[in-house]
Amino acid sequence: MKILWTGLGFIAIAEFIALCVSFLNPKKGKTVSGNSDNIIEAGTIDSFQPESVTAFVRGKFYLVCLKDGGFLALSSKCTHLGCSVPWNEEEKKFICPCHASQFDMTGKVLSSPAPRALDIYKIKIVNMNIIVDISRIIKRAGFAKEQVIYPENVKR
Amino acid sequence: MQNESRDHEPANSKKMLAAKPFNTFVSFIKHIHPVKIPLSSLAFKCTWGLGGMSLVLAFMLMVTGILMQLAYKPLPGIAYESVQLIKNDILFGQLVRNIHYFSANFLVIVAFCHMLRVFFTSGFYGTRRVNWIIGICIFLLILLSCFTGYLLPWDQTAYWAVTICINMFEYIPSGSFFKNFVTDGYEVSTRTLQMFFTLHTTLIPSILIILFAIHFWKIRKAGGVVFPGTHHADDNIKPVMVKSNPNLFLRETVVGAVLIAFILSISLVFNAPLDDIANSGLSPNPAKAPWYFSGLQELLVHFHPLFAVFIIPVLALLLLFFTPFITDTAAQKGVWFISDKAKKAGFISALFSIICVPGFILLDEYVVNFQLLMPDMVGVISTGLIPFSIVIAFIFIFYYLMKRKFNLSINEAFQTIFIFLTTAYIVLTVTGTWLRGPGMKLIW
Ligand code: HEM
Ligand code: FES
Repeated sequence: MKILWTGLGFIAIAEFIALCVSFLNPKKGKTVSGNSDNIIEAGTIDSFQPESVTAFVRGKFYLVCLKDGGFLALSSKCTHLGCSVPWNEEEKKFICPCHASQFDMTGKVLSSPAPRALDIYKIKIVNMNIIVDISRIIKRAGFAKEQVIYPENVKR
Repeated sequence: MQNESRDHEPANSKKMLAAKPFNTFVSFIKHIHPVKIPLSSLAFKCTWGLGGMSLVLAFMLMVTGILMQLAYKPLPGIAYESVQLIKNDILFGQLVRNIHYFSANFLVIVAFCHMLRVFFTSGFYGTRRVNWIIGICIFLLILLSCFTGYLLPWDQTAYWAVTICINMFEYIPSGSFFKNFVTDGYEVSTRTLQMFFTLHTTLIPSILIILFAIHFWKIRKAGGVVFPGTHHADDNIKPVMVKSNPNLFLRETVVGAVLIAFILSISLVFNAPLDDIANSGLSPNPAKAPWYFSGLQELLVHFHPLFAVFIIPVLALLLLFFTPFITDTAAQKGVWFISDKAKKAGFISALFSIICVPGFILLDEYVVNFQLLMPDMVGVISTGLIPFSIVIAFIFIFYYLMKRKFNLSINEAFQTIFIFLTTAYIVLTVTGTWLRGPGMKLIW
């Protein structure tokens, strides 16, 4: 009898846990990818000057056009503890207001406490149009040449 | 006491019908108290009434919280508007919100002092050990309650403080899982607010009520609070007893009434802060943790996050949990600070802490930079393990020196170190709250 009750008790607990899990993950079943909210058309290539940083408030990223014309989409979220990092035009740096981490134009850490470079998003260039996919954030330790996207007609 | 000898209380008059609910209330109060209590446990300096005060504050929080819950809407943006509505349009809404805010903040302080009281009167040995553990759990839940409540107004301060605190989990083993769990993966969002709201208004209060009940039951089982002369398994000395009614009840009522009057007057004069509505694209400078976490925030400035928000707090908690299990149970109880010698050692270690900790902070801020000293080393070792080891070695040397110098017993030596660490944490909290300005730079 005791065993029966204990067993029933365990089943009840398991059911309850399953119920909790299903309440906590209501997204299941819906498709997330391909959502148009996650694809942002930033504009045409020639609307960005080399060596410029443009903020995209809706996607919370910066579109950086490097000196050589390559593009990078940097997340504006500080890799230290998640504050939003503004671009400082005078000093040509990203300076975090929270604990003063600094990053250069490519997102590389210039001064700690941030442990790694700013995260990036994937960029595609279709018919001169820059398209940023913000559905997945890409973490990286530092800056590498391969992360930069070049329009086909610009030489490296 | 004029009532000590009055053994035959007149039976509660049942003639008046109106008095009945009141009598029921009185007999409920009588039932959760012992009939008689030791005279010496009545002295205010025995407990400072801190436990009772915590209960009164918790009660005020529940009443004002339920009122606000009637108007509050847990959705980003809308939450802010509903708090504004509480503030500006609801009759006494501002007052209720202020009472909730100030009671919560005072509860952290009062409950912390209550814990210190129990520690310094050695009130956690023998049967009281379980209650010590329960007490720590209650304290942690109060902190969690404050933290989850902090997000609810959804203003800039709240949003960014919670963002910073939640991102700390990324540095804790398997903490990313937790972070993704409460934030939908990327940032503090609707999901976070709804979880915090549920925790804050339902889950934590229910658990707290259960824990309170166990806490009080265990106090009865342990024979009341500790008082000078309480010795474990030493029942042949009977203390002088007095009746709880009215000796204890009167004192409880006075303490409660004074506290309520105090909170009410503060709530009439000062308003609970409400910043601009949260903007997930703009961090305020500085973005700080709430004050009860600013000691941790200060640690974070000096140590690698793995040490600052995981290893150091966990070690400190373990020490707190296990103190009554690793020290000498048979020792003297109920006496403040154990002995005169220990009092003196404690005083010195508090002073020492007040001098050393700012010294360490200044050294780390302006002189030593572990990262520059060891540029090839990974951060966990250069800004984590190495400074941490130095601090630990420092504490151990201090422990043995004090123990030798004052010839302290194990309990006294533990108390000395406890005073050192607690003072250090208070210094860190003060630094983090008032002395950190934009960019977390030191200001004064
Ligand atoms: C141990 C108990 C509790 C503590 C420590 C606590 C603490 C807090 C804190 C610190 C805030 C933020 C206040 C502010 O910044 O304005 C808050 C807000 C709030 N609390 Fe509580 N609370 C407790 C119990 C409750 C209960 C039992 C309820 C309801 C059933 C409740 C409902 C609310 C609501 C609706 C808000 C948002 C309104 C506002 O921010 O003004 N609380 N609480
Ligand atoms: S969050 Fe950017 S430096 Fe801490």
